[in-house]
Amino acid sequence: MANFIINGKQYEADVPADMPLLCVLRDVFGLTGTKYGCGVAQCGACTIHLNGEAVRSCVTMVSRAIGQKITTIEGLSADSTHALQTAWLQEDVPQCGYCQSGQLMAAAELLRENPQPTDKDIDDAMSGNICRCGTYPRIRKAIHLAAKLQKEGGIK
Amino acid sequence: MSSSSHVDRRQFLKSGALLGSGLVISFMLPASARELARRGAGKPGLYFAPNAFLRVGVDDSINITLSHVEMGQGVWTTLSMLIAEELDADWKNISIEHSPAGKSYVHTAYGLQITGGSSSTWSEFDRYRQAGATARVLLIQAAAQKFGVSPGDCKTENGMVICGSQKASYGELAMAAAALPAPTNVTLRTPDQWKYIGKGVKRLDAPDKVNGNAKYGIDVHFPGLLTAVVAHAPVIGGKVISFDASATKAVAGVRDVVQVPTGVAVIADHFWAAKKGRDALKITWDDSPNASLNSVAQFAQYKKLADEKGAAALEKGNVDNGLSQAAKIIEAEYSLPYLAHAPMEPINCTVKISDGKCEIWTGTQMPGVDQAAAAKILGLANEQVSIITPYLGGGFGRRATPTSDFVSEAVEIAKASGKAIKMIWTREDDMRAAYYRPAFLHRLRVGVSKDGYPVAWKQTIVGQSITAGTPFASGKPIDDSSVEGVNDSPYMSEVADAYVGLHSPTLPVHVLWYRSVGHTHTGYVMETFIDRLATTAGKDPVEYRRTLLKNHKRHLATLNLAAEKANWGKPLPKGHYHGVAVHEAFRSFVAQVAEISLDERGRLKIHKVTCAVDCGLAVNPDGVRAQMESGIVFGITMALYGEITIDKGMVQQSNFHDYRIARMNESPVIDVHIVPSTDQMGGAGEPCVPPTAPAIANALFAATGKRLTNLPLGTIHTKQA
Repeated sequence: MANFIINGKQYEADVPADMPLLCVLRDVFGLTGTKYGCGVAQCGACTIHLNGEAVRSCVTMVSRAIGQKITTIEGLSADSTHALQTAWLQEDVPQCGYCQSGQLMAAAELLRENPQPTDKDIDDAMSGNICRCGTYPRIRKAIHLAAKLQKEGGIK
Repeated sequence: MSSSSHVDRRQFLKSGALLGSGLVISFMLPASARELARRGAGKPGLYFAPNAFLRVGVDDSINITLSHVEMGQGVWTTLSMLIAEELDADWKNISIEHSPAGKSYVHTAYGLQITGGSSSTWSEFDRYRQAGATARVLLIQAAAQKFGVSPGDCKTENGMVICGSQKASYGELAMAAAALPAPTNVTLRTPDQWKYIGKGVKRLDAPDKVNGNAKYGIDVHFPGLLTAVVAHAPVIGGKVISFDASATKAVAGVRDVVQVPTGVAVIADHFWAAKKGRDALKITWDDSPNASLNSVAQFAQYKKLADEKGAAALEKGNVDNGLSQAAKIIEAEYSLPYLAHAPMEPINCTVKISDGKCEIWTGTQMPGVDQAAAAKILGLANEQVSIITPYLGGGFGRRATPTSDFVSEAVEIAKASGKAIKMIWTREDDMRAAYYRPAFLHRLRVGVSKDGYPVAWKQTIVGQSITAGTPFASGKPIDDSSVEGVNDSPYMSEVADAYVGLHSPTLPVHVLWYRSVGHTHTGYVMETFIDRLATTAGKDPVEYRRTLLKNHKRHLATLNLAAEKANWGKPLPKGHYHGVAVHEAFRSFVAQVAEISLDERGRLKIHKVTCAVDCGLAVNPDGVRAQMESGIVFGITMALYGEITIDKGMVQQSNFHDYRIARMNESPVIDVHIVPSTDQMGGAGEPCVPPTAPAIANALFAATGKRLTNLPLGTIHTKQA
């Protein structure tokens, strides 16, 4: 039986060690906010935080995640009030929305490590996440806005 | 999602409550509909449904049922705005859902239930406003009776009917309104009265899309549901000769292996087991007769075909005569590859067959077509098949297949296995077992006058027909979707002699409409070629177009606005270059100016795209801006990377490493301007795509002096020595 701490809660399941964490989250625990897009760490739709670090859950095996702290989009904030979520709504970022969980999780790591990112920092941190709807200009704006909200209001 | 037992649950504008009509609420609900189910508008007998699009619950809840699906383009918001504009509802009480397949939801212009053709807003502009206005009239009448006043003395505000000091909420009035006869005529608000139209509201689907709550087809889950992964033939059109599933069945979690017409399906407890099981299958395929299919050979064949004049898609004057009299002849040939839609949500479909009925959950742009396809496979009546449509994780045309390919495959798996299954295509399946924008070859031979303007235009187009062999075929020798953007080009109307010839070869590669359809290639060809004519004549590309477009005011207005906002003709930073394109598609007009540079290694950087659009009334202006941004990024992918190639009958690309999509670091600043317009309304989701690739290619010419014709352009470009 494998144990995981997901969004602050204990989860356990009998899953094979070579199963990707993405499949555990989605198919075993029903946390479907994290998305399957490519299965080979090319698109970033499955981005989650493993001990605070943004990783691609489609290529993160169960064996690496057992007992570790995992944060998914469902746990980014309790009530959609993370500065990035606020900014995403303010800028009306999502279109089809399928990639946005991964975009937000990638951006959350960026903002935590670098509270005032430049456009270049955003390029570097966000170019692993594909958006087929092309919401990149709004994602960029929203990250800048979230940085401002964090600075001004102390929003986390 | 809710779906009634019969799809056509309410004739449009027929009044009355739905008492005991057996509304079924399934267990896979988006948050909004789940909320609705707890409230009045989900409980039969507790709401007022003046038409198929609207229910007013006794508890003040308002449910809007959309005939069109949300796939990113924003109809969830824009169509709801149209109802809200007339209804005076309180936004906080509104919930939205996709409709089931049903006659009430047939497109007002296309005659079937479809989300496509960038048509949702203009085609529903009247019907949705009337739906809201009808409800409001009836609620006012009910209030007037209750208050003992004349309806003319009542007004509505934020979900309330008010007369002097008397007030009643829509919920309080719902059942009384349900008993009233429908009005035969309603007066719609005039533009000066609009609160939302032309101003817009924030996206109503956004809150669920920033916290993981939004449900897509791939997220469907219910007890007993298994996951299916299908092994498809590696060679297009290949068939299973035999297979050995013994290793597959040994994989923990695998429950069943079934053969279906399109391959072999592995059914398991979860995706991982199904995929591992599929990897362990040993299948012998019959590759014939397509194992020799090859993209290079295909284009060679297309070139030969282009030597023949082709079926006349457009003929005026005498083109050979016109060419012989021209001062100069300019020629070009373009090869444009197959393109994959590659929506971020890979193709998937969930099917549950039980008790003589079938429930299907899938992201589809044509629920009625899919319903009929499933019914045919199962020997059921259409009404016994319900289609439940969660959000679509992108569509771009891929989720509108006349053949219902993926729905049919999932239904076959459920039928063969007797199990409820969620079929998921891996990204590789999505890339390879797919339908593509057809590959096209264009050959142009255009005669120009002494001052460089076209006088005779001969163009031969070679490429598969999207509609041939489908119910969408026109029956004419010309598939309009192969030539749109050429035949109706404003440049064509300026020449005296023209011939556009079309060859529509038949190939085993499945082809399909793709965001902006024929305009994906015709817009590129026309706008790069006209640019070539301009520079060959030694004229400024914007000035040259202005001359040709002098009688086309909407083209001209967008061209002028984009040029002005981009500072066309003014000095740019050192090493930066502009390119321009303007094109009409789906009743809207879009002009774009791309600003690019090449670094010392020749790497292309797109700094900025300035865009002007005339779509008539922009109901939700920020939604229009979002679509322009979206189409430009989509166009950048098409321009730089988009290419599906085939060798030995197999698609060579498989995933995002070899079918690249533009990323954040390749996304330019995008500056969108909407032309204030009262002309005919048009679309937004597709017209934004065609100008991007030619604007970039034209900027590359400005930078390098080279005219590139074939797509994709790639990212490394050297300057002319």
